[in-house]
Amino acid sequence: MIAAQHLIIAPVVIPFITGALTLLYDERQRRAKLGLSLVSTVLLLIISIDLMSRTKGSGLTGQGGEIAFYLLGDWTAPFGITLVLDRLAAMMLMLTALLAIPALIYSAAGWHKQGQHFHALFQFMLMGLNGAFLTGDLFNLFVFFEVLLAASYGLVLHGSGQVRVRNGLHYIAINLAASLLFLIGVSMIYGITGTLSMAHLSKLVPMLPESELPLFRTGAALLGLAFLVKAGIWPLSFWLPGTYSAASAPVGALFSLMTKVGIYVILRLSMLTFGVAAGPSAGFGAEVLVAAGFATVIFGVLGTMASQGLGRMTAYQVLVSSGTLLTVIGFALMGGGEKMLGGALFYLVSSTLATGALFLLVEPLSRGEGGIAAILALTADAYGLDQPEDDSAPEMGLAIPATLTVLGLSFAACVLVLAGLPPLTGFIGKVAILSGLLDSTALTPSLGWGFLALLLFSGFATLIGLVRIGIQTFWATEGPPPKVLALEFAPVLILIGMICLMTIKGQDTLRYMEDTAQSLLNPTIYANGVLTAPSVEEEAAQQEEVPAE
Amino acid sequence: MELILSAAIGILSASGIWLLLRPRTFQVIIGLALLSYAVNLFIFSMGRLTVGQPPIMPKGGFVDPTRYADPLPQALVLTAIVISFATTALFLVVMMASRGMTGTDHVDGKDKD
Repeated sequence: MIAAQHLIIAPVVIPFITGALTLLYDERQRRAKLGLSLVSTVLLLIISIDLMSRTKGSGLTGQGGEIAFYLLGDWTAPFGITLVLDRLAAMMLMLTALLAIPALIYSAAGWHKQGQHFHALFQFMLMGLNGAFLTGDLFNLFVFFEVLLAASYGLVLHGSGQVRVRNGLHYIAINLAASLLFLIGVSMIYGITGTLSMAHLSKLVPMLPESELPLFRTGAALLGLAFLVKAGIWPLSFWLPGTYSAASAPVGALFSLMTKVGIYVILRLSMLTFGVAAGPSAGFGAEVLVAAGFATVIFGVLGTMASQGLGRMTAYQVLVSSGTLLTVIGFALMGGGEKMLGGALFYLVSSTLATGALFLLVEPLSRGEGGIAAILALTADAYGLDQPEDDSAPEMGLAIPATLTVLGLSFAACVLVLAGLPPLTGFIGKVAILSGLLDSTALTPSLGWGFLALLLFSGFATLIGLVRIGIQTFWATEGPPPKVLALEFAPVLILIGMICLMTIKGQDTLRYMEDTAQSLLNPTIYANGVLTAPSVEEEAAQQEEVPAE
Repeated sequence: MELILSAAIGILSASGIWLLLRPRTFQVIIGLALLSYAVNLFIFSMGRLTVGQPPIMPKGGFVDPTRYADPLPQALVLTAIVISFATTALFLVVMMASRGMTGTDHVDGKDKD
């Protein structure tokens, strides 16, 4: 009983301990490090499945069962720090674990040898990600964000080289500045409402006097700005394509989740503080989110069309996905309804998996002569860039026959998902978003139709861009196919397999997402749950009372 | 006191932003440091300005909260200082690496011709 209760904090503690343990091993004992890392991520997956099944339980009664709490130090909200596990958090935890395992397997093929402390940084990043998803406290969110960012600074430089260091420098500078905005926002909100607990905040916002509102909204806007930087929203996104395409493959795969952390926080906080129940502040910022989302999608699409390399193209696809999600969050704040938001969550998971898989495919695809490698070299010449460092002497290992076939099929699957073509998940997600959009009565029709056109256009442009690369790689190349190790194939196939599974189980997944969206649109469930979560002492007292009756 | 504090925050952040937008890595890091000082002062001021009031209340009995300073922003500042110190140190390392690899201290790794 007690063990089950403490499982909520396990996604934070396990990677923390594992990361610390891997530091004890010498760099030469890489297998031991890898083993520890793998055990930790598999444990995370198992725990996240258990946690998810726990949140799935009862309906949306708000009477426990579907939201679980962990009071650190047994202090009740709003005074203590609470970890909150609801449907959205459970889903994001699972997505993290699902993406981490393939990235880790891929790194075993050679990338983890390219620098020091890869596994420790990887685990600390997982800790930061999981903590950011679980926490119910604004300042704790800041701390977990810093943990995650500090680890990501190390990871982005992994493998070294001039391109990485230069892009890493930009990445660190902009994120440090964004963290300062984060702090200003948090402290302003604290100064006005006197609380840092998200649940308490959502209770206090409707009651704020008129005179305090402008200041509170300024604080919220500054806080939002910090997350928009992280989500890579235009015009705050110029650092992203360079950094993401410079990062080593497994890091890129994990980074495709990192923009989603920004999206996650914006979704959670805007629904809690500016949702329907927020009184005069309801729907604050929705227009900005929609406009920024539109701009980001357009920027991402143009970038995809203009890029010459698959890595950069994938980075722009991350932007398209961010922009789409942000627009839908804006629509949801305007009253777009849970069907649309549910579709967006589905799209979030599927696009994250697909961009992750594409990041892993970049390197094997460019390994052969001609194709992308040639274009990359050309681009590098034109821009005066250094060639990324080659993998020194690939490992001896099982090379898969019919390499190009498998590579081509995986690539095609990713293209289908990102372009939103049937039969894979990208299509289901986009259809769910669009049908929710058309059903919704709260939105102005012109905005809805505009978004519909934009979404279809972005899918079309994505298709053009990626197919161009595909043709050059698979059809227009001569000579022997690249040698790709099984360790590099397996993670891609795992990711594609998960996308296929999500397609087959589409209805169940979509139902989960819609229920998640519904609970997000009723922030009172979350707020009441957190504020009434009993401490261990109180719970013990309650349990003693029961037999006495 | 309000005037001095707000002027300090304003001047620090103005210089910080200006330096942050400069092309040399050293200017950027000093800019970030100044900005983080400004932000730390700002967090501190969000607990309301008081002079000579302890942040810790005695146990038991009636306590008049107006006679005590808000302890939370002080705790937040402490955390923020530690974190920004660590990240600045990390930035410094990357900056040195960039200087060593590119031979220039321009943020883009190459000087404009």
